[in-house]
Amino acid sequence: MLRILLNALHTGVVTTRYPAEPSVPPDRFRGLPVLRPGSHLPPPSVCPTGALSEHVDGGRRHVGLDVARCVFCGRCAEDPWAGAITMGRDFELAARCRDDLRIEVVADDPAVPAAGPASDPAAEAAHASSEIHRVLGRSLHLRHIDAGSCNACDWELTALLNPVYDVRRLGIDFVASPRHADGVVVTGSVTRNLETAVRRTLEAIPDPRVVIAVGACAASGGIVGESYASAGGVDRVLPVDVYIPGCPPRPEAIIFGILVAVGRLDARRPHRPHRATTTGSST
Amino acid sequence: MVALRAGALGSVEADVGPRPSDLTVRLGRTGDLPAAAAVLIGSHAMALATVVATDETTTPDHDLKVRYVFEPTTPGTPDRFVTLLVSVDSARPEVPSLTTAVPAANWHEREMQDLFGIVPVGHPDPRPLVVHDGWPQGVFPLRKAFDASRRIPVQPAAEFPHLVAEGEGVFEIPVGPIHAGIIEPGHFRFTSVGETVLNLEARLFYTHRGLEKRMEGLLPLDAFYVAERICGVCSVAHGLGYCEALEQIAGVDAPPRARLIRSIALELERLYNHVGDVGNICAGAAFHYGTTTGMRLKERLQQLNERVAGNRFLRGLVIPGGVRLDLPADLLGVIAATLQDTLAGLDSLMERIEANPSVVDRLDDTGVLQRQAALDLAVAGVAARASGVDRDARREHPHGAFAGPEPPDLHVVTVSDGDVMARMNVRALEARESIRLVGELVRRLLPGPLGVALPDPLPGGRIGISAIESPRGEAVHWLRTDASGRVERYHLRSPSYHNWPAVVLAAQTAIVPDFPLVNKSFELCYSCTDR
Repeated sequence: MLRILLNALHTGVVTTRYPAEPSVPPDRFRGLPVLRPGSHLPPPSVCPTGALSEHVDGGRRHVGLDVARCVFCGRCAEDPWAGAITMGRDFELAARCRDDLRIEVVADDPAVPAAGPASDPAAEAAHASSEIHRVLGRSLHLRHIDAGSCNACDWELTALLNPVYDVRRLGIDFVASPRHADGVVVTGSVTRNLETAVRRTLEAIPDPRVVIAVGACAASGGIVGESYASAGGVDRVLPVDVYIPGCPPRPEAIIFGILVAVGRLDARRPHRPHRATTTGSST
Repeated sequence: MVALRAGALGSVEADVGPRPSDLTVRLGRTGDLPAAAAVLIGSHAMALATVVATDETTTPDHDLKVRYVFEPTTPGTPDRFVTLLVSVDSARPEVPSLTTAVPAANWHEREMQDLFGIVPVGHPDPRPLVVHDGWPQGVFPLRKAFDASRRIPVQPAAEFPHLVAEGEGVFEIPVGPIHAGIIEPGHFRFTSVGETVLNLEARLFYTHRGLEKRMEGLLPLDAFYVAERICGVCSVAHGLGYCEALEQIAGVDAPPRARLIRSIALELERLYNHVGDVGNICAGAAFHYGTTTGMRLKERLQQLNERVAGNRFLRGLVIPGGVRLDLPADLLGVIAATLQDTLAGLDSLMERIEANPSVVDRLDDTGVLQRQAALDLAVAGVAARASGVDRDARREHPHGAFAGPEPPDLHVVTVSDGDVMARMNVRALEARESIRLVGELVRRLLPGPLGVALPDPLPGGRIGISAIESPRGEAVHWLRTDASGRVERYHLRSPSYHNWPAVVLAAQTAIVPDFPLVNKSFELCYSCTDR
């Protein structure tokens, strides 16, 4: 017992200060892809999940990126498209609205900046003062539902409870029963074999409740997509409040998303073409 | 081959393949299957490695085929797969069941019944395995005629068919599929008297995502990203298994430096899994210091993964043809320093566990898997080696750096007790071996190319087969291209697939409150199993 105490003292405090202090991912980290307007952007077929799209509008080629669908494999940023798309280091990508995760550039006109849909600060403000936040305050107890994930997102949720991330310091915890929960974090694309369990778990949670879709599969179907075995994303089955992109999202990205869900941080706003190289949080 | 002919079988044709060292034996009559399997298992000490069904009704053969792939079990036997191939009439799709004689065939046969409609005649337990909740009869999603995008409405069933026991004091405990902790979904139905487990049934395949169907028709280079994402904590192993199968089809070899980096990645994956699993076993024994120490050591390794591969699960390092990222000298220094710290941390943790009688008491003699049961079920990896089965795919089916002319030394760890303690000790010893191995692999790194280009299009109608020692044991990958070089069929048999039935056996020797501990000591993936 004494050895255990001495070992613990010797180890010291290993807990991160995120989000009070920014987290800087390592150099090789693949975060939000940055599309350079006017450059030679790749064809959609290069993307294994169909996150890239293109259409012609007014004679100009528009290239779209659905961040919710992206698995951050980096293939679109490799030769011969390396200059056109680069993998940025922005990982704080959680959004309240699926459309906020769609980015579009005009491929053959460098003068037109990257754009998402029109931002709506009024909606954000209204959401932050909504019933959920009035009742739940700034703390959140969550139930996890694995709706058919590859387990990577699940392990990252487990990591939130390790001594490094220790989300309990932020008033966030994972509870054993939906009856004790204020909401759910859902991983996976919702398989056919789990659809009933997913619906019933949500029904067991008292209203108001939040639903957080963690990872590309939950946010969009991801690499799994829609099929005989998969619904193709949590919002096909449940109303989703916050989408957290990533394959899987790193633990800080999930913390960011949960804090967005309780209104303690602002969601990812569209129309931030130059944010990709910054990593600071917005607190 | 001679033995197969001597077995008084009908027509038998043998060919070399899929690899030059392999043999494929085509049986003229499906009825000869049990006798042929008995020869391979009995006279040649082979075990079932995987079973692959294919729908070839649109080819000139107009049939379904089933390949039963066997592998040697004697340590030191050359790398070889022997495939028994039978043609199945699509109008009357039946094969004799092997399950009674070959228990490892159990789930394979139930799976092909669900997904292909091939009936294993005489199977002792033909309940549906993969499809749940009102899946209609006569609809087989892995048949080529089935449209993958077709959605079939869910009809929740009140109860799943299982063995019901009756009597005074007998009760059932249903657990899952949504669990109290953050773990993957499975349903466990305990039948117990007090704390004694009378029977345990595991119902899995909740995370069946149809990934094998998803990959069909894709360009093999695109399908790689699906294979890499079948399982989070086996990302390197499954990505590599797919790549090696694909490289066989393409007729290319990854260059030496790429092979070394692949093996380094595989050992880093094993290491963070094993270290985390030792911590999780402590969680099952309510030893909180051990749990958090395991989590902390694992976290450090996953942060290392992110520096090495840009992803905490090492995704994006291995690619078809080689590796995507190099390991420059500064990164090798970071790896060496982190692994030294991990070794010290792991040694200290194991000392604390061994010095704590209340923890040792929980682990000793709990959840015993007998060696014979491990052999019958073709159990893989840590679970097999903790029950005295000396098998490791790094030695039996050399891959990565082990496939080169002068393979690195490998010390395969075996322990004979078969209990939770044995499985924990095997992990701790293998983690140390992985640290040593990474050092040896790094010393062998010489400058050179990181990859080779694959031909475009890829050769059509070829089969690739590979076996990778993942953190949980041997995973067998089977890939075939169609005439245009796209993925015609891909099948993964994960170690968890063979090990789940062993968890049930081991848990039945324990009391109900020890189930989480027994389960964590096997630490199987649901996602690899369910696909």
